[in-house]
Amino acid sequence: MPEVVPDNDVLVSFRGVQKSYDGESLIVKHLDLDIQKGEFLTLLGPSGSGKTTCLMMLAGFETPTHGEIRLNGALLNHVPPHKRNIGMVFQNYALFPHMTVGENLAYPLKIRNFSKSDVDAKVLHALSMVKLEKLAHRYPAQLSGGQQQRVALARALVFSPQLVLMDEPLGALDKQLREHMQMEIKHIHDSLGVTVVYVTHDQGEALTMSNRVAVFKDGIIQQIDSAYTLYEAPSNSFVASFIGENNTLEGEVLSLQDGFCHVKLGDGVGLKAKAVCADKAGARTTMSIRPERVRLNGASEQCANRFTGKLQEFIYFGDHVRLRMEVAGNAGFIVKVPVSELDGSWSVGDSIALGWNPEDIRALDPLHP
Amino acid sequence: MLPNYASPVEKLWYWTFRLLCVLVLVFLMSPLLAIIPLSFSADSFLVYPIKSFSWRWYAEFFGNGEWMHSLKNSFIVAPAATVLATVLGTLAAVGLTSANFPGKSLLMPVLISPMVVPVVIVGVGAYLFFSPLGLTNNYLGLILVHAALGVPFVVITVSATLSGFNTSLIKASASLGASPLLTFRKVVLPLIAPGVVSGALFAFTTSFDEVVVTLFLAGPEQVTLPRQMFSGIKENISPAIAAAAAVLILFSTALLLTLEWLRGRSERIRTAKA
Ligand SMILES: Nc1ncnc2c1ncn2[C@@H]1O[C@H](COP(=O)(O)OP(=O)(O)OP(=O)(O)O)[C@@H](O)[C@H]1O
Ligand SMILES: [Mg+2]
Repeated sequence: MPEVVPDNDVLVSFRGVQKSYDGESLIVKHLDLDIQKGEFLTLLGPSGSGKTTCLMMLAGFETPTHGEIRLNGALLNHVPPHKRNIGMVFQNYALFPHMTVGENLAYPLKIRNFSKSDVDAKVLHALSMVKLEKLAHRYPAQLSGGQQQRVALARALVFSPQLVLMDEPLGALDKQLREHMQMEIKHIHDSLGVTVVYVTHDQGEALTMSNRVAVFKDGIIQQIDSAYTLYEAPSNSFVASFIGENNTLEGEVLSLQDGFCHVKLGDGVGLKAKAVCADKAGARTTMSIRPERVRLNGASEQCANRFTGKLQEFIYFGDHVRLRMEVAGNAGFIVKVPVSELDGSWSVGDSIALGWNPEDIRALDPLHP
Repeated sequence: MLPNYASPVEKLWYWTFRLLCVLVLVFLMSPLLAIIPLSFSADSFLVYPIKSFSWRWYAEFFGNGEWMHSLKNSFIVAPAATVLATVLGTLAAVGLTSANFPGKSLLMPVLISPMVVPVVIVGVGAYLFFSPLGLTNNYLGLILVHAALGVPFVVITVSATLSGFNTSLIKASASLGASPLLTFRKVVLPLIAPGVVSGALFAFTTSFDEVVVTLFLAGPEQVTLPRQMFSGIKENISPAIAAAAAVLILFSTALLLTLEWLRGRSERIRTAKA
């Protein structure tokens, strides 16, 4: 299932890039990043982690304090934004209000001295890509939010840039429209083969759209991998807790063997986990397990790690139910059960046998050192 | 309209308020109402009542070399000063809003000082400063000072328009390949045009009405229309002055209405809703 990057040529490379706005604190601490041609790369991270700053450095609106950025091997540091030939979609659309939709799209083409007939053909083609052919003569103020977003998308693509940057382009849309536009952007990316760098703090968006996701925290990339790898094999506890739902258990490493480790929990119970960050006996570790990897009752009998959980709450989600349980002294432990596997005899307060396999629980760096 | 449940006091206030508004407007218009009818008087003096109607003072105004010379001067000085003030004032406002540098907060008061300093002082100062440079008794000196008087209006109106300007439009334009100069011409200028036009209008009327500085700086060659009216009033109070005033007012009103119409049109386009 892991997606393969379509082409192995590097389009953009960041080398040792640092950025500070005030000359004291580093907003981007150290960025080494290669973006492949044709890739859909998402920068994901909490607010203030430096995603926009990275995008702005690539677009040329901010200059790196240190390090270099290359596009197709050519150094970008001294190229002004208007000579970079990089398309950009802004969160607030940034359509020119005094130009019609058609004029907005023709703007980058006229600058590039295309002939009148070329301009018309390209504008029409870009508009048909976002299904807005009929609105070419409207002004932006006469469009709905979703339509404006499509025009912004078409305008960023109409001059066929190799690279398109998008900074939370769907942030202002409602959930349904956002999901629809995600698919539309994804399809356009697939059909044009353009390279996209996408910024969001919506992890669902990141996981569904991207070839690779770079998870940012405090100006450092914590992990950069396919959505599948990020979710199934987070490499540290920040990524594990930031992407998807996740149960954590704190403990102390007793011994290491063949990539697995034995860990003693706070209440003295031992378990076996995949050693990811745990590297020496005696170290503290935070272990992470996804709610859907926990098995209940009969299914838990073959598991190496077996516990008893006390059922505290049923939370109904339509297609599945979440059980909130107390496991090994940990009160917020969530188990996801498909509705079809629900046992009608369970009720709040019951003790239920549960367990999981050692390869499904990952011993990571301690979340609270 | 008044709602049905309005009390007598509310009704009284409703009508008093309307009356007050009318009175204020009449007060503002009274100089015009007083002077314009006199320009049609057949009488040789600026006095009421008007006994009979005639065009003779308009004929006098348009037929007289001195009046025509001053009118021509006004149409040289005012447009030139307006262009200068508009260009410099717009650039200053754009610079002040987009750049950040030490001493920025001091620059604004300096730029609008010609509006605050009494005009007589500006006139005397300009005279003392310009005469050694040979800039008195010539068009250039007059245009420069009139432009300085107009700049504050342009800076203020353009700054006000720019304060609501969405700066990501500038980034968008750059990302689409436009150089900063092209971005200014194609994106910034059209969007701040209403502010620029209003500022230019103020600058124009400032110069077109200006007497004091002109008294100090203009030689006989540079006499402008208001300056000519001023000396006309001192020497002989002929109704030709009223005709000149009527022409001046008519021109200013036409200018104002045209630009207001243009501005309203571009505003409607930008904020139009489906
Ligand atoms: N022009 C600026 N001057 C000074 N500090 C800035 C500037 N732009 C951003 N910062 C700071 O840099 C940090 C990172 O900002 P950035 O906009 O890159 O975050 P982000 O990851 O895009 O966050 P968000 O998800 O909220 O958009 C923040 O702490 C912010 O305050
Ligand atoms: Mg941001």
